[in-house]
Amino acid sequence: MGTPQQVFDRINSSLGASVLESSVAHGILALTVEAGRVGEIARALKDDFGFDMFLDVTAVDWPERKPRFDVVYHFYSTSDHVRVRVKTRVPAEDPVVDTLVPLYGSARYMERECHEMYGIVFRGNDDLRPLLLYEGFVGHPLRKDYPKRKEQPLVPYRK
Amino acid sequence: MTGSTAAGHERSAAFEYLTTKKDEFVGWARKFSLFPYPFVTACCAMEFMSVSSTLYDTDRFGAALPRFTPRQSDLLMVVGTVTHKQAPILKKVYEQMCEPKWVIAFGVCASSGGFYQNYAALPGIDKIIPVDLYIPGCPPRPEMVIDGIMKLQDRIARDRHPIINRDF
Repeated sequence: MGTPQQVFDRINSSLGASVLESSVAHGILALTVEAGRVGEIARALKDDFGFDMFLDVTAVDWPERKPRFDVVYHFYSTSDHVRVRVKTRVPAEDPVVDTLVPLYGSARYMERECHEMYGIVFRGNDDLRPLLLYEGFVGHPLRKDYPKRKEQPLVPYRK
Repeated sequence: MTGSTAAGHERSAAFEYLTTKKDEFVGWARKFSLFPYPFVTACCAMEFMSVSSTLYDTDRFGAALPRFTPRQSDLLMVVGTVTHKQAPILKKVYEQMCEPKWVIAFGVCASSGGFYQNYAALPGIDKIIPVDLYIPGCPPRPEMVIDGIMKLQDRIARDRHPIINRDF
């Protein structure tokens, strides 16, 4: 327990060696980590710091940048009422991170959505079927290079 | 029979019968007995509730009683955004409705997709089913909906109403 800043300080002193960058933005601690370390960071946040709620996983597409994608996680502590954002970078050729399903069951669906929208592959999530999109949809619509007006209708259009 | 009529019934020439055309008569009957099927998907639903309840009251136009099965309805009101994923459902609902049937695209999303010009939204339901009346607006004012219903009624009254449909 403690003020958000105290919680952040404890996280920084404990995990500082594993993170590339740490800052506080809009009252949220933002940690940038290597793609391979997301699992261990999440486990430490959950087991050691009480971040018992997995809020979201999404991605950011930077078409000009290498590596191209940010994968962004948000965690919340229902005891301390603070949030932590964990960011990692993955390349377009191999956009793979480890799944968080063993830690948070709700990650199953959020990873499905992130997979269909951005094409991020969550290694270990055995159910990456389309969630909001439909079977047969080609491409990842929230990537910047997906044409804005492209349509993939399920019902053939009338003449 | 001479000189007497049934008790209480004075036989006279007035209003014993009237002449009309079959299409006019059937059209008159049909235009005041629209049974809407509300295919309601999005925020326009609020405006649909408003226009169908007491203050604006589509009941005055004979379009009050929503039937929640397409088999009992003859007016498909598509209220709100339709996505590509929902399009097969809308198509099936339309095909389940018996003739004669009419379709209203309620609001800009149903009419053209509105501002949802993207991977998810169907750019107007007329891409998959024929539409009789478009009501623009985001959402449309109840007055516009009532105006639209009255325009549709005028059209039904003017229409041909074949006893045997050409599609049979």
